[in-house]
Amino acid sequence: MLAKNKIKLNNIYALLVVVVLAMPLVANNYVLNTFSDVWFYVIVCLGLNIVVGYAGLLDLGYAAFFAVGAYTTAILTTTFGMNFWLTIPFAMLFAALSGVIIGGPTLRLRSDYLAIVTLGFGEIVRLTARNLDITGGSSGIYGIERPFFFGIEMNGNIHFYYAFLLLAFLAIFVSYRLQYSRLGRAWQYVREDEDAAEAMGINRVRVKLSAYVIGAVFGGVAGSFFAVKMTAISPETFMFTQSILILLGVVIGGMGKIPGVVCGAFILVLFPEIFRFVGDMRLLAFAVIMLIIMLKRPQGLWPSRLG
Amino acid sequence: MSTLDIFLQQLANGLILGSFYSMVALGYTMVYGIIKLLNFAHGDIYMVGGFVGLITLSLLSPFLGAGWAGILVAMIISMILVGLLGVLIQRIAYVPMLSAPRLSILITALAVSMVLYNFVMSMTSGEYKAFPVDLGYDGLEFGNVFITYTQIILVSSTATLMLILHFFISKTMYGKAMRAIAIDQDACRLMGINVKTIIAMTFFVGSALACAAGVMAGVYYGSIHFFMGFLIGLKAFTAAVIGGIGSIPGAVLGGLILGLLESFGTQLPFIGSEWKDVFAFGILIILLLFKPTGLLGKTEIERM
Repeated sequence: MLAKNKIKLNNIYALLVVVVLAMPLVANNYVLNTFSDVWFYVIVCLGLNIVVGYAGLLDLGYAAFFAVGAYTTAILTTTFGMNFWLTIPFAMLFAALSGVIIGGPTLRLRSDYLAIVTLGFGEIVRLTARNLDITGGSSGIYGIERPFFFGIEMNGNIHFYYAFLLLAFLAIFVSYRLQYSRLGRAWQYVREDEDAAEAMGINRVRVKLSAYVIGAVFGGVAGSFFAVKMTAISPETFMFTQSILILLGVVIGGMGKIPGVVCGAFILVLFPEIFRFVGDMRLLAFAVIMLIIMLKRPQGLWPSRLG
Repeated sequence: MSTLDIFLQQLANGLILGSFYSMVALGYTMVYGIIKLLNFAHGDIYMVGGFVGLITLSLLSPFLGAGWAGILVAMIISMILVGLLGVLIQRIAYVPMLSAPRLSILITALAVSMVLYNFVMSMTSGEYKAFPVDLGYDGLEFGNVFITYTQIILVSSTATLMLILHFFISKTMYGKAMRAIAIDQDACRLMGINVKTIIAMTFFVGSALACAAGVMAGVYYGSIHFFMGFLIGLKAFTAAVIGGIGSIPGAVLGGLILGLLESFGTQLPFIGSEWKDVFAFGILIILLLFKPTGLLGKTEIERM
């Protein structure tokens, strides 16, 4: 019975993959652009899911990692004339580094302190980007060149659709691999009971730090692609609300569950597109939904076990 | 201006800023002390307080004018209303979550904060709203240092409110019950203290103080904005941590220290006013790393 269900579920997933791969054949630019955003949020939500969902650390400044990636790519391509593809390792490196900088000293703190420190750190990154010259001040960096992929300039929506789709698949794959790895199990153990985990020989600071760093790398990569897609970035892109939006995606879908988080990212992007009349009330509606979910269904919309 | 004048002027500015921080920090620290909840929505309660004050003041000003009498009455009315809002929030959002994991209750508090500020944002279309007061710019002059009467009245009213709070906490039965609950909730329940009521009362007092700070900020700056709660929430939390979270005198002290640090910080050669907020958050992070119990807080031993 269970095996049968699994096969059925796999068929559904396979069908979904075919649909998303074939989508650009029929979709117009608007739909493609919207779905690029969906894949983008899938990547960052999965990245935050590692920190919040797996390791149970409430990070309210996730946009900072995404900002570090975006700014690294933007600065290296515009000021130093570097090839976009070569900037990605740097974006990953700097994002990981900022993960260590934020995580290293703060991980000994209790969860509520950690939340507020990450919030403060997110703001520090944004304010620094606004005040420094190299980051272009409050107007940000513009005129970031579109990259070439085997001689093809990535200037259409379709190119970024596939780029973000591939990255999203990669993110899903890496998340799955991590979830049941030694490290993934250690994260979940630390989340459930830190002291017991430590008594079992898990180095909790190192385990938490690796959650931060890996989550940050997801954000950094997404940020560098974001920069070349938009061709312009400014500090206001990385406001506190951005971090909260990403967190919402994770919470709505269900913390720690990959299909749930992917669903959450879909809701995040498609809800305001479908309900255009909601307009300014979008975030209010989201906030109310989040409140209701936390009160009535704290495990999220897509629970790990049905029934 | 001589160095001394600059010093005195910044001292005055810092004290005013600091007294706002203290008022908001008090609410954080009281709620934290009693149920160990970091109330993310507290900064937004301050902001809502400003707007409720604006509405009551506009309704009252035809009768009482735009002077201090109107402000006082409007402030008292809005403190009661916002205090009740705080209790309502506690009943709806926090009571069902008290036994839930810490992460869930933090996210719930965050959701409450978002509901509040997005609600105000959609009501005001994200615009600045002018506060309908007309207090003039008279004041006292000490050499080159100029302090308006508004500033003097605001600082003394925060001092009065804090004294009333101090009296309430240390002398009345309810205050005693609050202090007892902070130590041991179960024992209090056994001793016949109505724990639920006292917790609700804590939320009422904390929210009312935040509201008073919000109204005063409106009077002082002349306009209010839906996003103003975010930054002050973060800073008041910093203030509460500086003083030692859970400690009431600590919150007042922390607020004043942060206000002074910020206003003097802008005078330092490397820290211009654009780095002011970075400076404040930097203090928070450094403090949490080296002395998370703050100046007046007690060391807490976590039991397994």
